[in-house]
Amino acid sequence: MAEESKNVTFFEKLGTLDRRWIFLMIALAVIIPLIMKYTTSIPTSPLVQRLFDKTEDLPPGSKILMSFDYGPSTAPENQPMADAFTRHAFEKGHRVYLMALWPTGARQSLQLIDELINVEFPEKGYGTDYIHLGYKAGNQGLINTLLSDFTAMYTTDIEGTSIDEFPMMEGIRTLRDFDLILGLGSGFPGTKEWVQFAGDPGDIPVGGGTTAVMAPLLYPYYPKQMVGFLGGLQGAAEYEYALIQAYPEYMQKSRLASTSMGPQVTAHLVIVAFIIIGNITFLVERSRRKRY
Amino acid sequence: MEGQAILTTPLANTIGVWIGAFLTLMIFSFLYRDNPFYKFAEHLFVGISAAYWMTVAFWTTLIPNLFARLWPSHMGGVLPSAVGNEREWQYVIPLVLGLILLTRLVSRIAWFSRWAMAFVIGFAAGTNFTRYLQSDFVSQIQSTMVPLYEPGAGVGAAIGGIFSQLVIVGGVICAIIYFYFSKEHKGGFGKAARVGIWVLMAAFGASFGYTVMARISLLTGRMSYLIQWVSGANW
Amino acid sequence: MKRTIPLMITFIVGISLILAIFIPHDPFHGLDSNFSIFYDVIAVFAFILGGGNLLKVHLRKIQDKRLDWKYSIVTVSGFGLMLGAGLLKIGVDGGWSGDYQGAGGLFNYLYDAAFQPLQATMFSLLAFFVASASYRAFRAKTREATILLVAAFIILIRPTPLGYYLTFWLPKPLQFLHIPNLSTWVLSVPNMAGQRAIMIGIALGIVSTSLRLILGIERSYLGSEGKG
Repeated sequence: MAEESKNVTFFEKLGTLDRRWIFLMIALAVIIPLIMKYTTSIPTSPLVQRLFDKTEDLPPGSKILMSFDYGPSTAPENQPMADAFTRHAFEKGHRVYLMALWPTGARQSLQLIDELINVEFPEKGYGTDYIHLGYKAGNQGLINTLLSDFTAMYTTDIEGTSIDEFPMMEGIRTLRDFDLILGLGSGFPGTKEWVQFAGDPGDIPVGGGTTAVMAPLLYPYYPKQMVGFLGGLQGAAEYEYALIQAYPEYMQKSRLASTSMGPQVTAHLVIVAFIIIGNITFLVERSRRKRY
Repeated sequence: MEGQAILTTPLANTIGVWIGAFLTLMIFSFLYRDNPFYKFAEHLFVGISAAYWMTVAFWTTLIPNLFARLWPSHMGGVLPSAVGNEREWQYVIPLVLGLILLTRLVSRIAWFSRWAMAFVIGFAAGTNFTRYLQSDFVSQIQSTMVPLYEPGAGVGAAIGGIFSQLVIVGGVICAIIYFYFSKEHKGGFGKAARVGIWVLMAAFGASFGYTVMARISLLTGRMSYLIQWVSGANW
Repeated sequence: MKRTIPLMITFIVGISLILAIFIPHDPFHGLDSNFSIFYDVIAVFAFILGGGNLLKVHLRKIQDKRLDWKYSIVTVSGFGLMLGAGLLKIGVDGGWSGDYQGAGGLFNYLYDAAFQPLQATMFSLLAFFVASASYRAFRAKTREATILLVAAFIILIRPTPLGYYLTFWLPKPLQFLHIPNLSTWVLSVPNMAGQRAIMIGIALGIVSTSLRLILGIERSYLGSEGKG
């Protein structure tokens, strides 16, 4: 009896554990692998592989529109996607057009240019291989406008230079002139709106890179309305894996998502442990209540 | 130019990183309990966010897409590429509607803003009507009703494919039945609704798993920033 | 004036955009294009309205010295500093025609030093609360809750070594039960079915609400003037 009451007290204590202990555990689960530089690779799922294959199969010089529809709040998830995809697009010799539906998105694409394109692809020319069109207001209304007249809103690039001065803007009249649209999003407006307002009405291939929160919501669009998409950091790590499999020279460079997946995995295990402990506590308490 | 010289110095960068780190810690202090540091950071965030959005919208859309079209010859100092373009008078309409929207700030004439709101709502209703009908209704039904058997697959894969497709078709129908409240959920209808709940629960479970994943990723980003700060890597 | 004109504007704009889909020729095509551009421009005024409203609320709070009014000074100061830095292009190379976000500008500096860390940290806080919720509320109390728990569990352990080692030994005919495969199946079959049902339901709701708005049956956006 004494042993039983001791157990009950233990489980009761567990049930009413101060949440700050849980916070501490989560913080440690993230910090320790970051310090230890624990990385992990995630094999590519069919959903991500299909987007990779689409980019791979496009003829060199294809026009890819990348829309940065997120901000610093979800950059740890979205930015590795943008990095991995841009590396692949440039590797294949495609032309990349950067734009944003979110005011904060233009800053994320600037980061891509500063930290990736200028460093790893200095030979790529601004205005010939890539262009930064920046942000425009209007949300889904902007996509609607671009579908019928791209230059109605984008008259200049982000620095105010007329788009007529850039060779790669030649022949871009509507969204239909792009070979692939990649919506990197974290909410509204984002990937869903690219499917609804561009992909479906314009019959344009749309791929996506979304936060993990949004990813399960997009499954109904796959494979008919979306080429494929990357769901959260895991999706980005899967794309990195596919890139490294196809181009081993990126083994050292393209590891941002895989590096961040180390803490991710550890934190998942801690949360799984919490769920198991929480349920054991619940079951023990329920059986005790039934007994008395 | 003077400002540029100051703000690009290594010292300015270090100060910026320290400000960022302290603001990060101020927000994290909420995990212990609500406190003045958190409130300070929270209120600062609200103020600078609103100003950030206003500024970006002003320079990226209002100037090149409205003012440069209405007064191109006056844009020399701000947007030289617009000088020489022809004036496009139809842009008076969004200017007027936009100004009307701002009357909402003045209680006495706030009712006037309904004209602009009516335009916004009319646009959203008109576009959403067709886009949702096409992408989220008709296409979804088309995608659900696909052949059960894919020729060329092995026996195991074919059985698995048929089973999965049946789960999809049955799951969609049952979940829709659950959302239908005009008929009482009894008998066969009630059983289908019950299956619908199970399907929805599986979907919510997947969403929950992915939500956890998303939040951890964001935390990893911040912790990474703090570790760099502590080690002096980003100073 | 207060009711009829807004109702007419909504009707004309809404119906023109619907007709433009079925008759992709002028005048409807032109209207679709122009209305879209007008909408994009008006959206900017919504940002200004938001900023103006924020200022109005906080200035009143400071004036009336309401609870926590001192923090409103922080909001207003932050707003003024960021707005001034951006609109006046303080420190930007190239003067008025320079890039307002250019390196060395005060706006750019404030973004990196304050906006970026604040926004990112605010969202990352949720990681702690979601972990706490997992511990306290994620219980297999009913059959439905158990299904939810199992689905989440499979998704969560998929990228972990546990997800691999738990089931890697399964014989080939049972490989579909291997956690990575099972996770893909959960997402692309039951999750997809559930999300699709929700999507269809939302689509029907949006379509009917849109029709009600265009036809003037739904008038709540007009406030008290919309009644009757």
